[in-house]
Amino acid sequence: MLKIEAILQPSKLDAVKDALLEAGIEGMTILEARGHGRQKGHTEFYRGREYTVDLLPKVKIELVLHDELKEKAIQAITSAARTGRIGDGKIFISKIDEAIRIRNDERGDSAL
Amino acid sequence: MSGRCFRYFLPVLCCALPTLTLAQTSSAAAGQAPATQAQIAALQQSIQNAQMSADNAWMLVSAALVLLMTGPGLALFYGGLVRKKNILGTMMQSFAMMGLVTILWAIVGYSLAFGHGNFFIGGFEHVFLRGVGLTPNTDYAPTIPEQTYMVYQLMFAIITPALITGAFAERMKFSAMAVFLSLWSLLVYSPMAHMVWGVGGLLNANGGHIPSLDFAGGTVVHITSGVSALVTALYLGKRLGYPHTAMPPHSMVLSFIGACLLWVGWFGFNAGSALNSGPLATSAFINTHFAAAAAALGWTIFEWKHNGKPTALGAISGAVAGLVAITPASGYVQPFAALLIGLIAGFFCSFMVFKVKAMFGYDDSLDAFGVHGAGGTLGALLTGLFATKAINAAFGAGMATGAMDGHWGQILNQAAGAGIAWGISIVGTLVLLFVVDKVIGLRVSHEEEMAGLDLSQHGEEGYDLNP
Repeated sequence: MLKIEAILQPSKLDAVKDALLEAGIEGMTILEARGHGRQKGHTEFYRGREYTVDLLPKVKIELVLHDELKEKAIQAITSAARTGRIGDGKIFISKIDEAIRIRNDERGDSAL
Repeated sequence: MSGRCFRYFLPVLCCALPTLTLAQTSSAAAGQAPATQAQIAALQQSIQNAQMSADNAWMLVSAALVLLMTGPGLALFYGGLVRKKNILGTMMQSFAMMGLVTILWAIVGYSLAFGHGNFFIGGFEHVFLRGVGLTPNTDYAPTIPEQTYMVYQLMFAIITPALITGAFAERMKFSAMAVFLSLWSLLVYSPMAHMVWGVGGLLNANGGHIPSLDFAGGTVVHITSGVSALVTALYLGKRLGYPHTAMPPHSMVLSFIGACLLWVGWFGFNAGSALNSGPLATSAFINTHFAAAAAALGWTIFEWKHNGKPTALGAISGAVAGLVAITPASGYVQPFAALLIGLIAGFFCSFMVFKVKAMFGYDDSLDAFGVHGAGGTLGALLTGLFATKAINAAFGAGMATGAMDGHWGQILNQAAGAGIAWGISIVGTLVLLFVVDKVIGLRVSHEEEMAGLDLSQHGEEGYDLNP
């Protein structure tokens, strides 16, 4: 089992969600987040004073899925979220030891 | 044509009527009922009643419009500009003035401003509103009940100290603020109102030693509040972390609504200052609107060139600056002079806020001085330049009003009026701040300032986003 965490531009959330559904991946958790990578935020002006806003609004989606869906998921996310400009986001993948469905104690792959 | 002409025309009509009717009866054929003295008196009375009803309707609406400027107008405008932990604290400062100044005004404030006193301050004849009834006070407004005049003036007394709160936002104790501004309204506002508008006042346009023109409160409201704001910001010191920590406005939407309410309310402030619903009110109404529009443009152009983008905050701040600058001039100038005054104010006030504040580094948090102090002073001087007898023969029929009529000396009178307003504001505010600081302490503690005024002063929060 794998966990995929992808940090996206908020405006790309719907496209990514649709692409994942199309790839047969059901179930996800979405968090509203703020942060920055190499993209260093933007400046705002209020009455002539310049403010640097370096934590930008982002969306983070979390998926836990079977190992064989890995490439399909990566493909779906990158193709839907890419604009080619700085700030498009990142994908992190890690191993998951166990999954348990609270409703009926199912474990492992069948709990996903 | 000014409202005065209308005013003079009525008594003439009333005097002419009996003569006319008598002449008719003597020459008319017998059988026509002769008009009796009683009928004529009844006619005169009903003309007076009709005029009072018309003027009183507008003045009551104007009073309500001026209150609208403080709450919700100013409360929203300032509330949006602070950080979200201070929104209730900021709004409560304006709201507190609606309560406290009203009570003080009824007890003694109105009397100190508009009672017969000396050149500096009114007397105690109207303490507890003694003698302030439903008949007109011919010293001030001969066609409306004196209580209407009293409550209309009260709304000005409310907004003036509320304007100061912008300079000390996010860092003063509620208790200290309440005492400081209550005393300020009696010791700075009332004398200044008396000097400019009160019978026998030093700066009164009708018979004062230095006849100075202030139609709706450029010196009385905006210079006093703006200069006191600067003094308070300097006395109190900067907010914790200013200017290194970012303190951007938390809701431009609230500020936007507030500024637009200020614009609308200002029609009551300026056009209402005609004290009747005649043509002079129309003139002031149009000048008010024109200046706001031109100043919004002026500020936006300055900012667009300066920072590359026309901001919403710039546009609304410009409009307020224009409204401030036209306030003393609104009943004295032509519409195109109002456009010019607004445009100049837009450039000048944005320059004060962008450049001068940064140069000196004072923390006039919401720019009460940059907009009201600077704009009010500019407006007072430009009133002397653009005032004309074609709009308002303020010094008597046929007499030159301002420099437009060739009366250049009026600019000096205006400067003297502005200077006195600066003086009384600096001295009065410093004394009151010193006393309140010694007795109560002005500033909240560091911890309270970090937590925000909402929690530390009021024990509640502006935004509870939990369901």
